Amino acid sequence: MSTRVSKGAEPAPTNAEGMQRPGRLREFWQYFRENRGAVAGLVVFVFFILLAVFADVVAPYSPIAQDRGAFLQPPFWQEGGSTDYLLGTDALGRDMLSRLIHGARYSFFIGVIVVVIAATSGVLLGLVAGFAGGRTDTLIMRLMDILLAFPSLLLALVMVAILGPSLVNAMIAIAIVLQPHYVRLTRASVLGELPKDYVTSARVAGAGRLRLMFVTVLPNCLAPIIVQAALSFSTAILDAAALGFLGLGAQPPTPEWGTMLADSREFVLRAWWVVTLPGLAILINVVAINLMGDGLRDALDPKLKRS
Amino acid sequence: MFGYLLRRLGTFVPTFIGVSLVSFLFIRLLPGDPIMLMAGERGMSDERHALLMAQFGYDQPLYLQYWDYVVGILQGDLGVSFKTKRPVWDEFFALFPATLELSICAIVFALALGLPAGVIAAVNRGKWPDQLLMSTALVGYSMPIFWWALLLIIWFSGMLGWTPVSGRMSLQYFFPNGTGFMLIDSLASGQKGAFTSAVQHLILPTIVLGTIPLAVIARQTRSAMLEVLGEDYVRTARAKGLSPLRINGLHALRNAMIPVITVIGLQVGTLMAGAILTETIFSWPGIGKWIVDAIGSRDYTAVQGGLLMIALIVMVVNLLVDITYGFINPKIRTR
Repeated sequence: MSTRVSKGAEPAPTNAEGMQRPGRLREFWQYFRENRGAVAGLVVFVFFILLAVFADVVAPYSPIAQDRGAFLQPPFWQEGGSTDYLLGTDALGRDMLSRLIHGARYSFFIGVIVVVIAATSGVLLGLVAGFAGGRTDTLIMRLMDILLAFPSLLLALVMVAILGPSLVNAMIAIAIVLQPHYVRLTRASVLGELPKDYVTSARVAGAGRLRLMFVTVLPNCLAPIIVQAALSFSTAILDAAALGFLGLGAQPPTPEWGTMLADSREFVLRAWWVVTLPGLAILINVVAINLMGDGLRDALDPKLKRS
Repeated sequence: MFGYLLRRLGTFVPTFIGVSLVSFLFIRLLPGDPIMLMAGERGMSDERHALLMAQFGYDQPLYLQYWDYVVGILQGDLGVSFKTKRPVWDEFFALFPATLELSICAIVFALALGLPAGVIAAVNRGKWPDQLLMSTALVGYSMPIFWWALLLIIWFSGMLGWTPVSGRMSLQYFFPNGTGFMLIDSLASGQKGAFTSAVQHLILPTIVLGTIPLAVIARQTRSAMLEVLGEDYVRTARAKGLSPLRINGLHALRNAMIPVITVIGLQVGTLMAGAILTETIFSWPGIGKWIVDAIGSRDYTAVQGGLLMIALIVMVVNLLVDITYGFINPKIRTR
């Protein structure tokens, strides 16, 4: 934590040419690279992102195009399958592979939006709670306790019941449910940083409150927040899929993986591929992100490293 | 200890007020007023509407309504279900034993496999059993359990025909609902095969609901064990020549259990959320399925009551865990 001391607060250490630390990014990458699981997770994650970005180019068919001649066709390696539809078709004759590829889009869309909303609002509230202290702090933290008393999926379910079932509402609900974790984490880090000398010196040097919050302290609290972001990315995908599965998330014919599973429930004993594949996609995705999250935690904050 | 208790209870009360406020506001936040929601698509005349608004107290100022609501909660009155016209309180407690039975089985399952898995992984740190167990735990931790349920149904019910697909009991057996726990009631009925049927119905839901807690417990046990294994008293035990089983199982695990117990307490929320999905898939007649059905049929008083009761259960369990923890670990009390 030697960086990010506001200018003039303390004399700059004499920086001999050869003594310089490697760049932050490179240092991070060195740690991250050591964890084979994390790198594997990253590779899978990037693969899914590429699929999501180039879904229109990669997918052989439109995700909602129906072929009336091919209902519930099995994958190509099974009897009755054909190479026209590599992973088979669903009950409406839609290509499974194309739907899965387009589903990657929704997953990342959900993950990114939910994490951005939850992290931004959570970090802001956490900063305010940590800096303000006193009544404001108590009020914010009590509110977060209340949100945390409800099991996340239940709260999301009820919010969707109020707002009406749709993907956007599901994302808002999940973001609200995930946000208290960021508040707690940020507040705890802020409280840990505030008594440190560099904060005092910045304050003495005349840094304003906003500058203290965002420029002096926040960068030093980022490590656990980034790890939390990775973890809630996967939670967001899982919860959105669960809501979709219960019919309260994305609505058919959206090729969202959870919604696809809900559509295919009645074929569970007849056509394994319509059930197995979307869930497998969710699982691989979530495992990859969690692996990455573990690697991030180890690389960003060696103190947190689980032995 | 008494001071700690008071302080802990001091945070319970505001949270209770907040939670009751959230569930109170839930119905008021819905578009339309509660009476119109109750009427559904049929609608009603303005006079009858006004009459019912007065009858249910919806015409009073909001703070009075909230006061009545809280007084009602404390007296076990959660209102009447829009749909069945029965008290929500009664409906909840008629279904709660089913969820409780399933949750207990799930947590027992998770402990029975998770503790040994964590110990084995810690003792073999870095070797293949550790890597295998922890990779499996990661997959379990990341599992979309609604999909996992469908997979198990395909394998065990579809291909092998071992387990039933849904419900708690075969229709051929019938006996009075004594405790509400199928395992106990079926044994008490003395009917041949009833207990077996109850067990068969429980297997898949138990596995599905127990998977995430299992993974969490295994990971937590492993890291707690690793911490404890480095302690001096473990080295002493080793130096004394005690058998590894005795060291790991008795000396180390007992001390490693403290953080694990907390984690088990924190799993109650996960279990409740998981119960919503598990019960829906296996048509398990518990409160999880009840709430999902209530949302589907717009039975909002039921949703409101369920929301409040589940949050209360989670809060009470966390309170109990904290208190127990305070008893076990004196360091906590002074925080």
